[in-house]
Amino acid sequence: MISREGLINTALVFGLLLVPLWAHFSDEPYIVTLSTRVAILALAGVGLNLALGLGGLVSLGHAMFFGIGGYAAGILASHAQSYTPLFEWPVVIEGTQFMPVIWLVAIVASALVALLTGALSLRTSGVYFIMITLAFGQMFYYFTISWPAYGGEDGLSIYVRDRFPGLNTLVPIQFFGLCFAALMLALVVVARIARSGFGLALNAARQNEARVRAVGIEPYRLRLAAFVISGAITGLAGALYADLNRFVSPAMFSWQTSGEIMVFVILGGVARLFGPVAGAALFIILEEVLGGMSDYWHIWLGLLLLIVVLFARGGLIGLIAGQARRDSAGEGGGHG
Amino acid sequence: MAEPVLKIEGISKSFGALKASDDVSLDLVPGEIHALIGPNGAGKTTLIAQIAGSLQPDRGRVHLEGRDVTALDTVARARAGLGRTFQISSLAMEDSVLQNAVLGALGARQKPLGLFARVMKDRDLTEVAMQALREVGLEEYAKFRVADLSHGQRRQLEVAVALTLQPHVFLMDEPMAGLGAEGSAQLVPLLQRLKSRAPILLVEHDMDAVFQLADRISVLVYGRIIATGTPDEIRANAEVREAYLGEEDAA
Repeated sequence: MISREGLINTALVFGLLLVPLWAHFSDEPYIVTLSTRVAILALAGVGLNLALGLGGLVSLGHAMFFGIGGYAAGILASHAQSYTPLFEWPVVIEGTQFMPVIWLVAIVASALVALLTGALSLRTSGVYFIMITLAFGQMFYYFTISWPAYGGEDGLSIYVRDRFPGLNTLVPIQFFGLCFAALMLALVVVARIARSGFGLALNAARQNEARVRAVGIEPYRLRLAAFVISGAITGLAGALYADLNRFVSPAMFSWQTSGEIMVFVILGGVARLFGPVAGAALFIILEEVLGGMSDYWHIWLGLLLLIVVLFARGGLIGLIAGQARRDSAGEGGGHG
Repeated sequence: MAEPVLKIEGISKSFGALKASDDVSLDLVPGEIHALIGPNGAGKTTLIAQIAGSLQPDRGRVHLEGRDVTALDTVARARAGLGRTFQISSLAMEDSVLQNAVLGALGARQKPLGLFARVMKDRDLTEVAMQALREVGLEEYAKFRVADLSHGQRRQLEVAVALTLQPHVFLMDEPMAGLGAEGSAQLVPLLQRLKSRAPILLVEHDMDAVFQLADRISVLVYGRIIATGTPDEIRANAEVREAYLGEEDAA
């Protein structure tokens, strides 16, 4: 039997797939683009959710990975567009507009930065961890603002969307398909991780660190691995976002971006596999509907967030699925 | 006497002017339950922390199976074969009983944890976990969430998780705390059975249980061990009566 949460998840997948398909055949490219935004922002949230939901790591620095992914795409594309290599020494490295390479670079670069920043920040916890991740994010933000080589404050444009073999990425529905596939892949990966031995230990470390130590497992290493995977997923989202907008700017690194990614997760339901998908969809719908009515729509978003945090800890999915249980590591639990 | 499995030599630990551990030495030989008793504030918790590795002693050494583990942290000591239970139940409350036991088996396996395979479908792990749950009498509660267990059942699960580690030494910090007479009576025969598998260093307030179970007793007062001996010797020891048992009688 499929649980209620399973039904909601299925509905979300079909909704996210059918809305842009309908829009495509009704000649509504704007709605296809909006759906693409939902898929990409949800992907960023899926990354954060691994650290936040399963690992209990309240990172206010995930904009860092989103931005690194974005700039990986922007920098590689700008070099390809101007036919100037990134490096000439010791080996010549050319720019590229080939998406698989760009994604690989985005993932590896985000993972590396997550490894370095995580190795330092995970030595702290609680409010200090929030502050140190925030500080790392802001370092990148100010660095890109003051780095003239790649546009500084003005950012970088990608004049022609990067290519993917066999697809015409300029067609909105085809680009949507790519982003949707990336999101689904990430969801499968995170779902598998959540049910693995690593996921069980990571989730237990969130609940009780001393317990995990006492069975001979070091929580620090678990968290670092989770932070790296989490950063890599959000980095991939950043690369896709750059191609969606055909533009990257330091704003991708700003702490507001970190905050928004966290809002997706909280709105949808922390530690719920599909929480970020529901959250990002709701966010974009609100932005469209309320944003069309008033420039001050964030007030209403804030109010909604307040209600969720106070009365519906499981977020949107928890509210509909009707159980306050976290979607934790296994199939054994939950006869509450 | 056989070679001790756990040997603590001259451990001292001070917090400012307070000597929490004052030149403490004790050992644990195969097959025995060695109980550590003492009035509140005697330094039992501090001593346990130094044996488990969460607190570094100022002086002195801890040996596990002949190996000096003083410099090792909690994780490394657990891996070296130290299986501890906590005074206050220390479990993953949102997870199921079985998941908590599987976590122990997973840690004890000392292999990579696995990133993609379903851990709850790993027969090797679930069998070790179920066996441990059976031994403490929790097998019917395997699918319950720990948060939904009674206090006593959580105490049993603490012991079960330690069992999944298949440790060489049990370090049990008040396993009977808050259990009441009936709960204690259930745990006593279990500990009696366990000691043949691995010796137990037992910190316990329940004097009935201690005198029933212990092969040897050490009495800790103001951070110092004032006496070590068989239950009969401890009962007869004048200093102990004055420092500790006397108080209890008076109370």
